[in-house]
Amino acid sequence: MSGQAIDKGKGDERLLRESFLKRWLRRPELGAVGGAVLVWFFFAVVAGNRGFLSLRGAANYLEVASELGILAVAVALLMIGGEFDLSVGSMIGATGMIIAILSVHFGWNIWAAIVVSLFFALIVGAINGILVIRTKLPSFIITLGSLFVIRGATIGLTRLITGRTQVGGIKGAVGYDSASALFTSGIQIVDPASPRGLSADFPISIFWWLLIAAVATYVLLRTRPGNWIFGIGGDEDAARNVGVPVDRMKVILFMLTAAAAWLVATTQVLATGGADTLRGEQREFYAIIAVVIGGTLLTGGYGSAIGAVFGALIVGMVQQGIVFTGIDSDWFMVFLGAMLIVAVLVNNYIRKHAAEAK
Amino acid sequence: MTMNHHSNTPALEVREISKYFGSVIALSGVSMRLLPGEVMCLLGDNGAGKSTLIKTLSGVHKPDAGEYLVDGRPVSFDSPREALDHGIATVYQDLAMIPLMSVTRNFFLGSEPTVGRSIFKRFNVQRAREIVREELSKMGIDIRDPDQPVGTLSGGERQSVAIARAVYFGAKVLILDEPTSALGVKQAGVVLRYIAQARARGIAVIFITHNPHHAYPIGDKFTILKRGRTLGTFTKRELPREKMIHLMSGGDELERLEHELRGFHDQQADILADAIHEEEELY
Ligand SMILES: Nc1ncnc2c1ncn2[C@@H]1O[C@H](COP(=O)(O)OP(=O)(O)O)[C@@H](O)[C@H]1O
Ligand SMILES: [Mg+2]
Repeated sequence: MSGQAIDKGKGDERLLRESFLKRWLRRPELGAVGGAVLVWFFFAVVAGNRGFLSLRGAANYLEVASELGILAVAVALLMIGGEFDLSVGSMIGATGMIIAILSVHFGWNIWAAIVVSLFFALIVGAINGILVIRTKLPSFIITLGSLFVIRGATIGLTRLITGRTQVGGIKGAVGYDSASALFTSGIQIVDPASPRGLSADFPISIFWWLLIAAVATYVLLRTRPGNWIFGIGGDEDAARNVGVPVDRMKVILFMLTAAAAWLVATTQVLATGGADTLRGEQREFYAIIAVVIGGTLLTGGYGSAIGAVFGALIVGMVQQGIVFTGIDSDWFMVFLGAMLIVAVLVNNYIRKHAAEAK
Repeated sequence: MTMNHHSNTPALEVREISKYFGSVIALSGVSMRLLPGEVMCLLGDNGAGKSTLIKTLSGVHKPDAGEYLVDGRPVSFDSPREALDHGIATVYQDLAMIPLMSVTRNFFLGSEPTVGRSIFKRFNVQRAREIVREELSKMGIDIRDPDQPVGTLSGGERQSVAIARAVYFGAKVLILDEPTSALGVKQAGVVLRYIAQARARGIAVIFITHNPHHAYPIGDKFTILKRGRTLGTFTKRELPREKMIHLMSGGDELERLEHELRGFHDQQADILADAIHEEEELY
């Protein structure tokens, strides 16, 4: 009996080593990593001599990817938990405008404006979550509602207070320099490929993006709440039955997506020096696309933050890569939509085969 | 694990439990008791109230009347988690496990082992894997890889992992709602063996099944429900196999039906009656 058990143990150890490749195949982000490599090669070949391969090219698409990526990582956590947040785009517009109005129109210290804006985001995120829990309506519906309520209120109130829909002059606000250092500073690297010695500017948002993704990955894979997120998305009732605090986790996840929108808005407002009530439009869809390309299941319970990073990278490379190729950027949306469908098909295929490779 | 085999305090007891859903009387004055290390089979037709009874025991429903005692002490559960904390673990046929999550993550969902303190507290994945491997092999379950998604396990393996989990987390009472009904002969045998293992460890087991071949070999006691009432609890000695099969298959009704059909002297009715007979003989 005990001898048998030892034999069995040995067999298991051997299997563990053999299954390394299989373990990789089982990772949700596999398709997105491969996709990112493919997209990079595609533009390297097509637009390599037009700047895509230069440091400035990289800084260019990484900046776009980082702003989307910050959003996508938070949305990935929420979607793994089985919910949607369609209000993140409107939230970017609202939180950015709050910072602008408080600091420019009312002359607040910009740090105070940024903190108030964060609280606003957290409260609205919590309201989204509580509404989803209480009404038991799909979060798709609840946050579709808040998408319009937030956007409409932002436009209405901004016009009421300032008489316009855009607010500029933030660079003159009290505390701008220190805030700008944290949110919009960058690293200048002289581009060796540039004949005139131009430098590429890698904004700090890239750092925030990667840091947030690393923390999210750690939380998902190595903490109890991470395990709960998978459980809630996989089967809410089963998770509740074993004592997972489902409602609390959901509210936190909605607060997180709202906070991510706030971070993106803060970066944008400080970088451009102004806010626009329409900022962030359609970002909710871009974020969902990045997350889904990254291998997260639309139905929840399966996915990864690293996948969302690569999903955002793909979207960023395509969006900016098209500019480098000289093709009219109107075609970007066509690429994006087609890519989404192909990515889902490929991810489904991989997942099916990973599951079958017992 | 303490083996309180010979304890006379029931691990679980209900007295005159009733449960209503609006005007539907799902349970009416049901009493039963179960000692540690006993397997009780809960038998009865569809709609008899078996699921309602076990949901009441496992904290999903609150009884509308009657007493519920665990280890001789009255209890009232507001949630399945509270029941779990009292050692009442339920394995549901469908929502036992989350298919997309790995065996390890499923096993520890809601009770993850941790290392480190405060913000450095983390899910000890390595330890979790070791425990799963150890616990499953203790029950004689051979899982190839604790990181494989539960969805890739067979139905029997899934049920077995759920049972192993309940046993590991110190279940004193294990409630199984039709764990074998969707399984083939061999897989069902595997699950029955784990039930026997759990019993050997002093756990009280409530086992719902429609299949007399699954119930009879493993059951120590048999409680039969009918339209929300209990027809009583029988020991194996009191209830010979034939009688149990008869009661389980709603034998009374079948006989009456047969009789009625005979009355028609219709050839077709005879054929139907024969068919019913044959079906009964199959068991
Ligand atoms: N949540 C519920 N609401 C209303 N009626 C219910 C509910 N659950 C069970 N019932 C009713 O209670 C009776 C017993 O059902 P159930 O316990 O599921 O029986 P069994 O598991 O023995 O087939 C049935 O008449 C069923 O329709
Ligand atoms: Mg039932």
